[in-house]
Amino acid sequence: MNTLELKKMANVVREDIIRSVHSAKAGHPGGSLSAADIFTYLYFEEMKVDPKNPDAPDRDRFVLSKGHTAPGYYAALARRGFFPVEDLVTLRHIGSHLQGHPCKQHTPGVDMSSGSLGQGISAAVGMAIAGKFDGAGYRVYTLLGDGELQEGQVWEASMLAAHRKLDNLVVIVDNNGLQIDGNVADVNSPYPIDKKFEAFNFHVINIDGHDFDQIRAAFAEAKTVKGRPTAIIAKTVKGKGVSFMENQASWHGTAPNDEQFAVAMADLEKVGEALCQK
Amino acid sequence: MSEVKKIATRESYGNALAECGAKYENLVVLDADLAGATKTATFKKAFPDRHIDCGIAEGNMIGVAAGLAAAGKIPFASSFAMFAAGRAFEQVRNSVGYPHLNVKIGATHAGISVGEDGATHQCNEDIALMRTIPGMVVLNPADDVEAKAAVRAAIEHDGPVYLRFGRLAVPVIHDEASYKFEIGKGVVEREGKDVTIFATGLCVSECLEAAEKLAAEGIEAKVVNIHTIKPIDEELVVKAATETGKVVTVEEHSIIGGLGSAVCDVLSAKAPTKVMKIGINDTYGESGPAKDLIKKYGLDAGSIAEKVKAFVK
Repeated sequence: MNTLELKKMANVVREDIIRSVHSAKAGHPGGSLSAADIFTYLYFEEMKVDPKNPDAPDRDRFVLSKGHTAPGYYAALARRGFFPVEDLVTLRHIGSHLQGHPCKQHTPGVDMSSGSLGQGISAAVGMAIAGKFDGAGYRVYTLLGDGELQEGQVWEASMLAAHRKLDNLVVIVDNNGLQIDGNVADVNSPYPIDKKFEAFNFHVINIDGHDFDQIRAAFAEAKTVKGRPTAIIAKTVKGKGVSFMENQASWHGTAPNDEQFAVAMADLEKVGEALCQK
Repeated sequence: MSEVKKIATRESYGNALAECGAKYENLVVLDADLAGATKTATFKKAFPDRHIDCGIAEGNMIGVAAGLAAAGKIPFASSFAMFAAGRAFEQVRNSVGYPHLNVKIGATHAGISVGEDGATHQCNEDIALMRTIPGMVVLNPADDVEAKAAVRAAIEHDGPVYLRFGRLAVPVIHDEASYKFEIGKGVVEREGKDVTIFATGLCVSECLEAAEKLAAEGIEAKVVNIHTIKPIDEELVVKAATETGKVVTVEEHSIIGGLGSAVCDVLSAKAPTKVMKIGINDTYGESGPAKDLIKKYGLDAGSIAEKVKAFVK
């Protein structure tokens, strides 16, 4: 996909996020919207996956360590063809395969159950080690929140990833700067994030997580790195694309009511129309 | 007693892994800086490329094992029971149990028989923790023969398995050539009509010795080895309880949530029976030689025989 096509798809993913969280009357729009461009790039450009054969042994793997942003993940999977787009509005409904947090056993394309923060990166490290054991060419991607970096297990996993020279592993940090209780810098600062991963012997790339040219360049660079895992620190805006949600910690885990839903969809439709003019 | 061979089940664990390594190419072993103590060093020596030392980070080790299993490996994650089941409980629950991944947890140094290290390292709560996880199989072998058979059965079983091993050398009570092990099937080690003693782990051999003492006083105890706490052999538990009318459970684990509770869960629903639970009585352990601790906490053959005698009267 070219950059314009990626932007259009990311906007569709954002609309899906708002639609599904509104339907669920619960969920996490803020961090889903901040990561929407990354989800889109991973599933429409970067990863070798086949929606018709979601368990192919040689596929690239993705673990959503910040599992609460499942609405963005599900939207990308559905738009990529892993399951019907109509399923998205069943998010968090009883009997739906779309659980509040990703479930490997229920949802096609989900490589690992996640949601308890700090655990997904460990599973990604395990998958990357398995890839090395087998001499398989697949790559493993995992997306973490910046607040999630407060979990000690993230650093246990990072230490092992670098120790085992897992150059088939890419850790992406969605650095939207906010967590439930407020600014990550005020709650328990993870900064400097890049320096911390550097100290853990990662190859570190800082990017604007909404700029597809930078996202593309970062993932391409990661593929050239040998003997070390890569960490991409993506500076993002929580709630990106919805005027009243942007940079508001209060939209971490709240669903829009009907009026807010209408405003949010109008915001995104406007973006979509503007992209179509290009 | 004549010369009885004694082997710690942690030794059996390491030996069984090393023996199975050639047959199962997907078998990998993880440790958290305790390969020497968990005896997985035996596997590491034979298959160095398939051993992953995660360092002192048990939560991460369980998560890494989950990732390995998700990519088709059969990982055995090894540590002391205190850290594998205790510290890493939530990782086991959410990263292994919930996605029902094919991870085996080899937990050594369970119970007070850890000995001198004392209460911080004596895990008497692991069976209770692990049996609450949906889909988890919980195995607690009694001797070397059973422990090796349990490892082989765990490899063949598709899904998460918790295996409990001990530090203390315990008598080998089964014959390697003839012993048949099946997950979920209890073993009647001794027949008796007056009382059933359900035992698990190292308590099985103590109970067999206790049964001899009781027999000398005219009490015939049936001794049933429950090596699989979950799924428990409901049929055998009900049958034995119904035949003897009285039940005693014996385990090197808290009386809260372990074998005793599992047996009572079955009997209260299917065959209400008077039950006496023998185990660690809602307390911590302490430092001391393992044998002395087993006696102090009432899990030796003599103490068991006395309690059973009083109960049956």
